[in-house]
Amino acid sequence: MREKILELLEKNARMSAADIAACIGSDEKSVEAEIARLEDEHIICGYHAVIDWNRTNEEKADAFIEVKVSPQRGVGFDQIAERIWQYPEVSGIQLISGAFDFAVLIEGKSMREVAMFVSEKLSPIEGVLSTSTSFVLKNYKENGVVIERPKKDERLELS
Amino acid sequence: MRRALNSFIESIPSSGIRKFFDIVAEMNDPEVISLGVGEPDFDTPWHVREEGIYSLTRGKTFYSPNAGLKELRDELSLFLKKKYELSYDPKDEIIVTVGGSEAIDLCFRAMLDPGDEVIIPEPAFVSYKPCVRLAGGVPVVIDLKNEDDFKLRPEDLEAAITDKTKIVFLNYPNNPTGAVMEREDLEPIAEIIKKHDLFVVSDEIYSELNYTGRRHVSIASFPGMRERTVVVSGFSKTFAMTGWRLGYAAAPAEIMKQMLKIHQYAIMCAPTTAQYAAIDALKNGDGDTAMMRDEYNNRRRYLLKRFRDMGIDCFEALGAFYVFPDISRFGLSSDEFAKRLLKEQKLAVVPGTAFGDCGEGHLRISYAYSLRDLKRALDRIEAFVKCLP
Ligand SMILES: Cc1ncc(COP(=O)(O)O)c(C=O)c1O
Repeated sequence: MREKILELLEKNARMSAADIAACIGSDEKSVEAEIARLEDEHIICGYHAVIDWNRTNEEKADAFIEVKVSPQRGVGFDQIAERIWQYPEVSGIQLISGAFDFAVLIEGKSMREVAMFVSEKLSPIEGVLSTSTSFVLKNYKENGVVIERPKKDERLELS
Repeated sequence: MRRALNSFIESIPSSGIRKFFDIVAEMNDPEVISLGVGEPDFDTPWHVREEGIYSLTRGKTFYSPNAGLKELRDELSLFLKKKYELSYDPKDEIIVTVGGSEAIDLCFRAMLDPGDEVIIPEPAFVSYKPCVRLAGGVPVVIDLKNEDDFKLRPEDLEAAITDKTKIVFLNYPNNPTGAVMEREDLEPIAEIIKKHDLFVVSDEIYSELNYTGRRHVSIASFPGMRERTVVVSGFSKTFAMTGWRLGYAAAPAEIMKQMLKIHQYAIMCAPTTAQYAAIDALKNGDGDTAMMRDEYNNRRRYLLKRFRDMGIDCFEALGAFYVFPDISRFGLSSDEFAKRLLKEQKLAVVPGTAFGDCGEGHLRISYAYSLRDLKRALDRIEAFVKCLP
């Protein structure tokens, strides 16, 4: 039941407990209780809408930053990561394998704002060796949802 | 000028689904939503489409062998074996057709002599009766009942058999009812068929959309049935490939030889691009089918619950992507019900009678729609029945 609830919520976080219950053949109360447990256990960490800000009047500048660090004695990756994630501008950060260490996603209001953040806040952090900033030019797909082109039903009633 | 047309063809009515949706089209109202479509709402899996594109890039733009690409027939043979314990020789017992639709037509034309009777349990998909008649056969209908879960009962079959009966047509999982026949349901049917020396055409196009938790059972896998059964299926439903127009049939070599002859002269071969894509679907599409099946199953349970909560009797469909609720208690015919639902709540569903007279009192609701669409549509049905006396 857990996994089924998670799968449904991952696709549509707004699905009501009643609808989930109907889909998986359970009852509303049990689903609500299970969701509460999943939240308590921090398995469900949040609920977000996928928004195409480009279709609004809001100005946005998103950037993807590759960060190389040198973890020092007593200051592992986790501590450096925390110094980065504490900034509200940082919407995502992952430790990754390969040519650099952290993939950091920044959501700013303008390219200037992002550039300022990188030069004045991110780069000076102790242990950060280098950064390489790439601005997002166009968002095609996010969280499994195609942003670029809304789906249209083209089927005919034939069979 | 002379009459251009064959009067027999003219006498064949056009599909009941079409008729109803001509009304919908005439309304031309953007508010109308529909649960009338009989094809998956999923796109063909990307790796399958990619394979079709790749075949074009490589210049695979020629006719294939009449029976279909050898590699595709090999894969089909493996697929039928692995999934349903059916053994067919890819060399001369499998044909790749333009949809299951063509395969159905081929069966009747290859097997029927004028006046031969074909037993068709209804409610049934719209093409069977016309195809039988076009092949010179005579359709004999058995009315299936809600209280039997729309399964074919041995005593009803026995009663319908005459000395003219040649073929018994089966379609499970069923369009439009969603009914499934399990092993124990099929066994007595197979015995009767052997006893009367009949043949079976089994349309198993929804075999992968089965929510019983058990495997689909093909009547052709029973002892003594292989030699008297043609299995018809296709890629449309299993792999969401309706527009590719690809299906197949598997039959004993003797029957296949004649089916192939008709196909050779009338069609030549199924679309080559689609065949290359289909090879990939069979090899690598299992996960996609499982994903779609899970999603359909969620929707199915959702719909059944909603109907139950509305007090509408709906038998538990266990296959395909349709439910077939019983609306007879509202005192309207299915046609009236569907028309008023369309006018008053702007929801289009297919009246049960489009699938045979015994569909009266029912509606076919397709769940090849997102949960969001289903929810909106079911709210409209709920609002509609609340206003009925
Ligand atoms: C029961 C049944 N058989 C056969 C078909 C034909 O499918 P296709 O010609 O796309 O393979 C359909 C399509 O709706 C169907 O519902």
